[in-house]
Amino acid sequence: MTYDIVFVVASVVAIAAALSVVLSGNPFISALSLIANLIALATFYLLLQSDFLAVAQVIVYAGAVMIMFLFVTAYLGGRADEPTRERPVWQTLLALLAAAAITAEIVFGVGRQHFLHGPVVSDAFGAPQAIAASFLGRYLLAFEGTSVLLLIAAVGGVTLATRRPAPRGADEPGAFEVDRPERVPSLQSSVMAIETQFPVVRTGGGHDDEKADG
Amino acid sequence: MHVGIAWFISVSAILFGIGLYGVFTRRSPLVLLLSVEIMLNACNLALISFSRYLGQQSGQVFALVVMAVAASEVVVGLGLVVAVARRKADLDVDRMTGLRH
Repeated sequence: MTYDIVFVVASVVAIAAALSVVLSGNPFISALSLIANLIALATFYLLLQSDFLAVAQVIVYAGAVMIMFLFVTAYLGGRADEPTRERPVWQTLLALLAAAAITAEIVFGVGRQHFLHGPVVSDAFGAPQAIAASFLGRYLLAFEGTSVLLLIAAVGGVTLATRRPAPRGADEPGAFEVDRPERVPSLQSSVMAIETQFPVVRTGGGHDDEKADG
Repeated sequence: MHVGIAWFISVSAILFGIGLYGVFTRRSPLVLLLSVEIMLNACNLALISFSRYLGQQSGQVFALVVMAVAASEVVVGLGLVVAVARRKADLDVDRMTGLRH
């Protein structure tokens, strides 16, 4: 009985939080609602005796990933808000239709099946030892693939987020609609332009270095 | 009422539908990423339900891999959002069409 009550409460929280993520106009509220949704899902995992995944869900998702989301939302400030442009009615209707179709399909399909009771499993079912035995044994290739994927994502994140002094093509129109002010030539670039017009001949520099090394 | 695997799968399907609706209707790339997260987590719930139903750990291993994929997706997605925001472009997925032509 307690099991059923916990299930109903967790479902209500999960669905309400998911609706709040999708319907709220404020991205901050969306991100916070997703945290509630993830914690409700962790409750489901506990009901399914997957303890390790429930803990990983709370720590990795609700902890690390969502904090990063909140940081970026705060960094962007008001620009993270939903664009206020009107969206066509047919887009909303088609989206509703697609979502309702796939949900109804799965729910009816599952409802027509007669699932047996799952097997009785021991407490060690969702323990870290059992998952590690699968992950490092039968699914070792998936483990290695995951580690490579995470490495690529880390490198990609650094590459994308690094501020470059002058990205190639940044001043050319095309990639994004950019409205930036005309760039005033700095003192350094003026000096460099003069130097290229009147090249300065330097002599003896390399020779001195060689002597210092020797 | 007995809460069996069918209930878990139904909740998972409802969450997936909500996430799908969000992906189709929202314009802010941040909220789009959040909606994709909802869909990925709905899949995770289904995987773990079947893992419990069959009494095998495989589904949980897949769910862990999905978590890693979701984390990578968030890293790259947020990196892209920050990069676009730095270039003073609109944060509107319908207007980021620079690569289309």
